[in-house]
Amino acid sequence: MGAAVAMETLLAAQTLWHAGRSAKIGAGGEPTGHAALDALLPQGGWPRRALTELLLPADGVGELELVFPALARMTQAGQPVVVIAPPYIPYAPAWQAAGVDLSQLQIVEASPRDALWAFEQCLRSGACAAVLGWPSQADAQSLRRLQVAADSGDCLGFAFRDRKHVANASPAALRLEHVVDPLVAGNGHVRKCRGGQLPSRTFALATH
Amino acid sequence: MLWACILLPQLALDSVLRRLPDAEKPLALVSGPVHLRHLHAVNANAAKAGLKPGMRLSAAHALMADVATVVHDAQAEARWHRFLAAWAYRHSSLVSAQWPGCVILEAHASFKLLGPWPRFEARLRDELTTLGFSHRIALAPTPRAARVLAGLRDGLALASATALHDLLAKVPVRRAALPDGDGERLQRMGVRDLRALRALPRDSLRRRFGIGLLEHLDRLYGEADDPLEYYTPPDHFDSRIELGFEVEHHPPLLFPLHRLINDLCMYLSIRDGGVQRFVLRLEHESRDSGCAHTDVEVGLLSAEREPAMLFELTRNRLERVAIPKPVVAIRLLARELPPFVPASRDLFDTRAQQALPWTQLRERLRARLGDEAVYRVVPAGDPRPERAWRRDEGRPVLAPVLPPRPRWLLKRPIPLRGHGLRIVSGPERLESGWWDGEDARRDYYVMETSQGQRAWAFARVGEREGWMLHGWFA
Repeated sequence: MGAAVAMETLLAAQTLWHAGRSAKIGAGGEPTGHAALDALLPQGGWPRRALTELLLPADGVGELELVFPALARMTQAGQPVVVIAPPYIPYAPAWQAAGVDLSQLQIVEASPRDALWAFEQCLRSGACAAVLGWPSQADAQSLRRLQVAADSGDCLGFAFRDRKHVANASPAALRLEHVVDPLVAGNGHVRKCRGGQLPSRTFALATH
Repeated sequence: MLWACILLPQLALDSVLRRLPDAEKPLALVSGPVHLRHLHAVNANAAKAGLKPGMRLSAAHALMADVATVVHDAQAEARWHRFLAAWAYRHSSLVSAQWPGCVILEAHASFKLLGPWPRFEARLRDELTTLGFSHRIALAPTPRAARVLAGLRDGLALASATALHDLLAKVPVRRAALPDGDGERLQRMGVRDLRALRALPRDSLRRRFGIGLLEHLDRLYGEADDPLEYYTPPDHFDSRIELGFEVEHHPPLLFPLHRLINDLCMYLSIRDGGVQRFVLRLEHESRDSGCAHTDVEVGLLSAEREPAMLFELTRNRLERVAIPKPVVAIRLLARELPPFVPASRDLFDTRAQQALPWTQLRERLRARLGDEAVYRVVPAGDPRPERAWRRDEGRPVLAPVLPPRPRWLLKRPIPLRGHGLRIVSGPERLESGWWDGEDARRDYYVMETSQGQRAWAFARVGEREGWMLHGWFA
């Protein structure tokens, strides 16, 4: 009898979960704009105040398409979005065509070492709605700093990294991996999502 | 109007004494050429031993062997004179330092704020004593009369014109601050005081002494307007700190830097201005009298006056500068002080309270990464992809409607190799630029690589090989 009461308390305190019952912790995420992805994520969108890691096999596989709806919405609402040391030139006509308000889009040029510093500064400042970065050399400790900075700055951080890092543990709240497999319809995998179960389904990432 | 005159009988001496630890020790200011020094001023203890201004230095040493001597610096004296004018400007809006050795200020308008004259005077005396300047203060209806009264007796205050006339009548001509030694000449001629002087016929006075004497008298009695050169606070900031020792590393510079920045921000808040561009000058010991210094330029995109932020920015810039030679002094120069417009915040702003404004974040990034590091992009009208974008210069553009464009553009096209390239769409022919020497004739295709990347590549017109990668559809 006493054990049953204890179980209820544990459940109420969310220290114990029912396996298989999807625990929806507040749908407070920033909608991604892709219905298939929103459905998979526990918060119904990009986790706020957190770092999201996007693991890619190569550049140009549609990684920006994932974040663009959110970026477009933020910039149109007048919130600044910062792109730290992008690997290529953000091609203004195409970004504009995707709905991004270029007056709110800030590009920061930096050497790889300074880029990490700038990434953290922007996340921590609280001045930006979202920050995009390419921390290719970052170790777990640096990512941890970025995650904490995103939390204290109330900011969406997006770290684009190579797929090879998928084996390493990461403090990011959400990790998405892009797999090249022409036989599978959906090629996006959720590798980690804080506050929910890993969905077994995939989603279609590339929407060229 | 009531004018207060603050007479500074030993301005040069006080400006030296206030930076010495022991002001009681006998001290003499010396001036003149090196081999023919004479005393310019002496302090009380030196005067006790019989030293007098004007005495030869050798004679002074004979009277008192251990007298400390400091070379008189007329420029420093003028600087302290200006400093006291700036100080007086806090108590009155009309301040003049046009006469040597005294500061004149209009007092009547300040009574409402600072209390009646006795309290106002006590306040002035308190502050001057704290600053370390000996002084004599007098109040009179005209500025020249105030100056004369301050020379007569410390603390004289006359508010009415009749009382002033009665008192002035008894003032000896030698003490009436008459121009060019006229007082001495009149004294020798048997004209003892101002009453006697005023009784003389004006036309003969003008013939003998010129118009200057009559003008002075009229202004002294308040019978003619007395236009003064009023002090205006300088419209730039220039402050210098001598370190007193040689510094070769950054950390010891930070404390004086902090003081300079705080002074600057105090100055800015008085002016209600901001600073956009200033120079931190590291002065080196110059062996060959050349101006050896290293300049650290700090430029901001908008006017600021937040001390913590300015300090952090300057520190970041300073730390990126190598110090070539030991530094003996640092100086902060701000020439342009534009008006400061505080950033407005929305009452219902959803961002966190402690959030840094974007402008401050941008300055922080620029301070470390370089002035050009943070920018925006806008589309440009040129059809050539490499020219269809540019850094934002604040000009609006009309972008033509184009077929799909990649979101990543390579800085310069590179060869695209690999198997399994598949053409998705194309060609789109671009032919342009014949007018500026960079003629471009290309067929653009959207291609897919074996890894699933979407590439934007071009080939020469009419060909389907020799692909050059120019962008990624990300």
